[in-house]
Amino acid sequence: MTAATQTPPAVEAGYNYGYLNEQTKRMIRRAILKAVAIPGYQVPFAGREMPMPYGWGTGGIQLSASILGPEDVFKVIDQGADDTTNAVSIRKFFAKVTGVKTTERTGDATVIQTRHRIPETPLKDGQIMVYQVPIPEPLRWVEPREIETRTMHALEEYGVMHVQLYEDIARHGRIATNFMYPVKVNGRYIMSPSPIPKFDNPKLDNSPALHIFGAGREKRIYAIPPHTEVRSLDFEDYPFEVETWDGCCALCGATDSYLDEVILNDSGERMFVCSDTDYCATRRGQGHTGPMADREDISELTGDKPETQDKTA
Amino acid sequence: MYVAVKGGEQAIENAHRLMAEERRGEPSVPELTVEQILQQMRLAVDRVMSEGALYDPWLAALAVKQARGDLVEATFLLRAYRTTLPRLYDSLPVDTTAMEVRRRISATFKDIPGGQVLGPTFDYTHRLLDFGLAAGFQSTPTTTGKSETMGEGNGEPPLSRVMDLLAEEGLVDRPGCGGEREEEDARPVGDITRDPPTYPAARDVRLQNLARGDEGFLLALGYSSQRGFGDNHPFAGEIRMGEVAVSICPDELGFEVEIGDITASECEMVTSFKGSKDELPRFTRGYGLSFGYNERKVLAMSLVDRSLQARELGEDIDAPSQDEEFVLSHSDNVEAQGFVQHLKLPHYVDFQADLVMIRSMRAEILKRAVSKTETEEAA
Repeated sequence: MTAATQTPPAVEAGYNYGYLNEQTKRMIRRAILKAVAIPGYQVPFAGREMPMPYGWGTGGIQLSASILGPEDVFKVIDQGADDTTNAVSIRKFFAKVTGVKTTERTGDATVIQTRHRIPETPLKDGQIMVYQVPIPEPLRWVEPREIETRTMHALEEYGVMHVQLYEDIARHGRIATNFMYPVKVNGRYIMSPSPIPKFDNPKLDNSPALHIFGAGREKRIYAIPPHTEVRSLDFEDYPFEVETWDGCCALCGATDSYLDEVILNDSGERMFVCSDTDYCATRRGQGHTGPMADREDISELTGDKPETQDKTA
Repeated sequence: MYVAVKGGEQAIENAHRLMAEERRGEPSVPELTVEQILQQMRLAVDRVMSEGALYDPWLAALAVKQARGDLVEATFLLRAYRTTLPRLYDSLPVDTTAMEVRRRISATFKDIPGGQVLGPTFDYTHRLLDFGLAAGFQSTPTTTGKSETMGEGNGEPPLSRVMDLLAEEGLVDRPGCGGEREEEDARPVGDITRDPPTYPAARDVRLQNLARGDEGFLLALGYSSQRGFGDNHPFAGEIRMGEVAVSICPDELGFEVEIGDITASECEMVTSFKGSKDELPRFTRGYGLSFGYNERKVLAMSLVDRSLQARELGEDIDAPSQDEEFVLSHSDNVEAQGFVQHLKLPHYVDFQADLVMIRSMRAEILKRAVSKTETEEAA
């Protein structure tokens, strides 16, 4: 698929616009409004079974289904990439059930559904990020019981989260949480940013975009409204830090993006490449090149060569 | 080169095509029909209806065919279809006392009014592979006739329930939601498909959850309670299976209309008694109900239902089967299979985050070790 914005054929017959019926969409929109009104608070909602498995983004899919309209331009990424199988599948689903225009360009999208990443291109006013969330409860690894964690949130009893970070420091000399790194939203609720790498956490702070999070299996919706303070938990003497790499993207030369590691052959040769495929492609389009950009054997990664026909997922 | 997960559309289409080919199997072998599955794999169909929470044998049989016999996948197919259906009416409570009984046994009394009806059961079969079936013999057994049913539908009086007989004597409580019975019974029945779960959960919500819970999960939990992890001393008071009528009462009519029969299995377990020196002792009870013929499921369900009453009965909660949040939040196999299997999806962004950290931690420790050796050598 090219990077251009695509207009798909008409909406799938026999299904309501956006697959969900209007009552369900209204119920979900109400939950979103409540979530926006109480930043970081997990709103229970009556999640529905979707035609894809729990764990495949049913929470995010229900959110997108409830907010997408005919004027929207929709982008779906998984691991930062538009061309991962599940991103392709979700984009296709919405093209089928809403007829919405889809895009791979971050800047052109009005709604971006994501799993595990926030795009590198800064988000804008008016954009909505939709996150697929496996476990919405940031306290879950400290206390598995919902009945307890809801009380802890209500009473703002969050000391145990700092104790956990402290234990990391005592044991490993550093905070050992690397993704799903807990944040405090608007000075009140501790929230899981979904399994994005902590590299992406700073992008949430005072973002001009609306961020909504959907956990389908766990039946929770939460949100960060635009321009809201989002702080990653830390200590004065052990401040929050993001991961860094020694090198740059092998294809576009970016030094400011999150990198995926790709093992190239049995002798262990590896390369690091932007996880955000749109960011990487845009940079290459602007003439930036990385150290391995010209290698023939990795042309599948750059999208220069069409896929082979018999490849299976 | 590892780029398979970036396969995209073509790869997905190929996967679907391969799956369809494998489903069909060897083309020279006649294709299974949905009707054949419906007739000859009925217990698979019944399990799928039960966990899929939709009584539609034909659709369940179709799901079994489409899922290539993977019953958890078939359950998921049915559940995903069910969620798109309009909700027209709530049925009235099904009266299982009026069941047209095909099987009915009690393990607590040698004989009971209406008698024991063995019906179709594996119970006393010797588990010897029947090579005659493979050779195509015995494909039409001598009919004993389906007319061997008992109870109301057959023009006979309804078969009274063993538990009702015990209740009349005051030996068990009347069924209820537990705890503050009357208060809780007055509430409208919960609906786990329309309300997100909250804890503590009332018994109506728990039973709904268990009714569509995974049979294997309930079986293991029920079994664990028997082995002493929360023993509740069960006796199978009554197990019955047969056809029950489903009725609705449309507002515009204002009277009951029978809309059809469904096959159902029901188990009532008589369990450990409560009481004290002064309070009259009474047995407690566990309940299991399922679409179709799912006897093992309803037995397990009734054990778990009883275990989950620990809170209301003031028992210690120290076994897995008594732990409401643990049981109810992990019983659904559509949820469970999804979350376990989502580990197949790419996670390389998060894995990279861990890799970066572990490599840098290793580098730090190795650096410290080197500088320590150097200091020692210099000394």
